[in-house]
Amino acid sequence: MTTHLATERSGRRGGRSARNPVGRAGYVFVSGYVLFLLAFGVLPTVYAVWLALSNSRNQLVGIGNFTRTFTDYRFGPAFLHIGLYLVVWLASLMILVVLLSLMLHGRMRRASTTLRFLFYLPGALAGVASVLLFLILLDPAASPVGWLLKGFGWNTLAQVNAPGHLPVLFTVIAFWTGAGGWIVVMYGALNSIPDEILEAARIDGASTLQIALRIQIPMITKWIAYMLILAFAAGTQLFVEPQLVSLASWGMIPDSWSPNQLSYQYAFQAGDFNGAAALSIDLLVLGLACAALVVFRTGLFDRDER
Amino acid sequence: MNSDVPVTSRRQVRRVAGAALGAVSLLALSACGSADPAAAGASASPVTFKPVKQEEGSQITVWADAARVPGVQAYQKAHPDVKIKIVTYSGDANGANDLQTKVRLFDRTGSGWPDVAFSANVNDGSWTTQGKTPFAAPVDKGLIPQSTLNGFAYGALNPCKFNGTTYCLRNDLAQNVLWYNKKLLDKFGYSVPTTWEEYEALGKKVAKEHPGYLVGTAGDAWSPEVYFWASQCPASTVTDGNKVKVDLQDAKCTRMAKLLDSLIAQGSVSKDTVFSAGFVKNQASKVLMLPGPSWYGQVLFNSTFKIPKGQIAAASPLKFQGDAKNYTGNVGGGLWFVSSHSKNLKASADLVTWMTTSNEYQATAGTYPAYKEAAVAWLAGQKKTGYFAQDVGPVFQDAAELVWPGWSATQYSQEAIYSSTVVPALNSGKTLTDTLGTWQTAITDKAKSLGYTVN
Repeated sequence: MTTHLATERSGRRGGRSARNPVGRAGYVFVSGYVLFLLAFGVLPTVYAVWLALSNSRNQLVGIGNFTRTFTDYRFGPAFLHIGLYLVVWLASLMILVVLLSLMLHGRMRRASTTLRFLFYLPGALAGVASVLLFLILLDPAASPVGWLLKGFGWNTLAQVNAPGHLPVLFTVIAFWTGAGGWIVVMYGALNSIPDEILEAARIDGASTLQIALRIQIPMITKWIAYMLILAFAAGTQLFVEPQLVSLASWGMIPDSWSPNQLSYQYAFQAGDFNGAAALSIDLLVLGLACAALVVFRTGLFDRDER
Repeated sequence: MNSDVPVTSRRQVRRVAGAALGAVSLLALSACGSADPAAAGASASPVTFKPVKQEEGSQITVWADAARVPGVQAYQKAHPDVKIKIVTYSGDANGANDLQTKVRLFDRTGSGWPDVAFSANVNDGSWTTQGKTPFAAPVDKGLIPQSTLNGFAYGALNPCKFNGTTYCLRNDLAQNVLWYNKKLLDKFGYSVPTTWEEYEALGKKVAKEHPGYLVGTAGDAWSPEVYFWASQCPASTVTDGNKVKVDLQDAKCTRMAKLLDSLIAQGSVSKDTVFSAGFVKNQASKVLMLPGPSWYGQVLFNSTFKIPKGQIAAASPLKFQGDAKNYTGNVGGGLWFVSSHSKNLKASADLVTWMTTSNEYQATAGTYPAYKEAAVAWLAGQKKTGYFAQDVGPVFQDAAELVWPGWSATQYSQEAIYSSTVVPALNSGKTLTDTLGTWQTAITDKAKSLGYTVN
């Protein structure tokens, strides 16, 4: 990305890029990425758009697939589920990740290397493996933390998996598997704040809380925004967790709990790839809209402060 | 604004994005076809089967689950001149749908289908016979002789039959019987019930005299197939092609819901599932009776519950007093398919026949063979293990012929619907009778979404 931007800028300065071997090397470096992006990112998206607008006989149907999937009895519940999940997941991610990284950065510098490694560890495990681990943790009879589940009054897996608990359950799983990496990233972001600024604040009599609220958090806003965009996109695509927990509980979670699962049902149970594509375009539009909102509101890609 | 992207290029980006959006919306507006997938010409009656060009002696690809692969290997050993490629896959067990997922993709790419596929999902017969070119080849149109097909237990091939044509061979039966712990029953001084009314009375008695002991479970995904199927409840009766009848308010459904509700309230029927870790740990030794499939004997009581030899026995399926005869349900039972795309139908059909009918393989298989002759050999083997307190042979053979034919194999899974709608409701304190309406809606919605007409 940097190389690409650098060439663009050098080109702007005096049209030297044609003569500048560094400029050409830049294109070579990004070409590999661009090829894969085209093959596995852009082309499938274009194909999905085409599928969403056509039917199985390759006739254009306009927004027919969208209205058809929209009126499906599972559409509303699936998006409601994912909405609830996103609220719980994004809020807990933002608060806990920032809090934990601030604590790592300020309070426990000595232990922080070990802790950072520990936080990162579950994320390094393959996602599916971590979910499998949770399948054991969630069964009160088999879980090492069964006493905790029983403390909530849940004595069987069926009670733990009650429909109302699912958004929180999936948040716990997602937090365990994904938040560690973000803590490390936020820690790095906090490190990039010059020591002089913190020093000056301390001399001016700012408390730890004031430093965090007035200096550290405002200075890493862009990082938090970046985390939000990616977490939102990943969150709307939720698939593995409900699918696996459903398998492990003999189907106690509906097979179309999340929109992505619904899309899967369309494609592979009903053999309706066009409806499935329409649903995936819905998710794409949602993700893009959220990203656009966050990018423009936080000025994520602005290079310098005005 | 000092931004990374120069203003001109930003404008360009906007222009390109605008153009793309415009093109997409133009496409979106120019509708000329119907978005309804049912309009794609997928008629209820499948097209006549035309085999692809046959290549004699060509290699066949066989997809089977880990439990069936040794059988395929045994076939290979007995028939060294047949070229076989064995692929181990999930076998669609426990609600997986790999076969369907893969076949849908192969249908799109136009190649890659296996020649022979095993599926542990007894409902897979439904979708394999649908579509423009159904995946399953009809087996009763010359592929497999009628005499072989006649050797299967009565009704065993029902899940393979669509519009009068048979599309697969049944590997095993999972006919339900009444399992009981003979040692406990004798100790408590009870006798084995023969009707559902006696069963209910005994359940109430157990709750009073020996609280904690169980006569059944209602939290299993397959509970509808154990109780409601036996009660002849029209939960999903395919009447004609894509028409299905769903009526849970039928007296034959409500009588079973009431019976279970009263026993759940008394505590002698559990809301848990028999395979949950909690049940295995705390309740397994307290199971006095358990209506369930024939595979419960070895799989559940022996391997999972670890109940010692000589305690477990099976009795015939229960009857309602008002009914003329007793019926039972069926929990699963694998199917063998020959692909309609196979270039070597002869070798594929031969393998499928051997897998389902030969004593060599079926007599030692884990589950009750659907082929009658093989079942006799299999039962002799069960007797030899000495696990059961009484010979289960007569009961199993009897129950195999008692499966009520009104419960159809459908593209949707009754098990998935029951466990995602009814089980959570039971656990939140509702009764089955209260939940019948929600359950009915769930079945109807799902059926409609897959193109069925519900009445």
